Amino acid sequence: MKINDVILQTVTKIVTFIILTFAIYLFFAGHHNPGGGFIGGLVISSALILMLLAFDIETVTQTLPINYKVITGLGVLVSLFTGMASFVFHVPFLSQAHLHFYMPIVNEEINIATTIIFEIGVAMAVVGTTMTVIVSISRNKGDEE
Amino acid sequence: MFAIAMAVSLVFLSVSILVGLYRIIIGPSMPDRVIALDAIGINLIAMVAVLSVTFRTSAYLEIILLMGIIAFIGTVAFSKYIERGIIIESRRGD
Repeated sequence: MKINDVILQTVTKIVTFIILTFAIYLFFAGHHNPGGGFIGGLVISSALILMLLAFDIETVTQTLPINYKVITGLGVLVSLFTGMASFVFHVPFLSQAHLHFYMPIVNEEINIATTIIFEIGVAMAVVGTTMTVIVSISRNKGDEE
Repeated sequence: MFAIAMAVSLVFLSVSILVGLYRIIIGPSMPDRVIALDAIGINLIAMVAVLSVTFRTSAYLEIILLMGIIAFIGTVAFSKYIERGIIIESRRGD
């Protein structure tokens, strides 16, 4: 029987971008509100999982040719080097600096911390780990790597 | 009056979650259980919204979005497993 999943695929094409936008919002909300790199990475990987559900592994790897194991390692390295960058300024490990300035056009005070780079590393590690696990356990028995 | 209305709606939402739980345990077929799980997810979202109105805070609104996304993906995964026996295919059409 030919299975018709055109509704799921059409919904996925729209909802994926909504979920990714929400992930970016959660990622940048993490300084003073609930959010941050970990939950942002989890939401990004849930968007990727929705794409895997609606399509298949082959199509998604053709569209996004990402090796998730490399992403995991890169994320951990980014986080580690952000922590180690504080040694240059003779402060303890993982000390963070922040910049507070006034944005003229949008008329708002902006507070940027170096924690954001650390959070990017955390998000990359989370996305890489989750997607590696999901893709590994969903692979069929006889399939090639 | 407002607090009483919120409390009563919370009680009714809890009762509807209990009814969904009954359907999950008793449910004669697997699609019944999946639909009941989805309904419980929607009721949880409504409970969070009522709590957020009660406490007059917007801190819980992210949770509503997040639970909506997770409940949707979970329902899709369950449905696909029931229909095809495999959740994530390696290649479509076989």
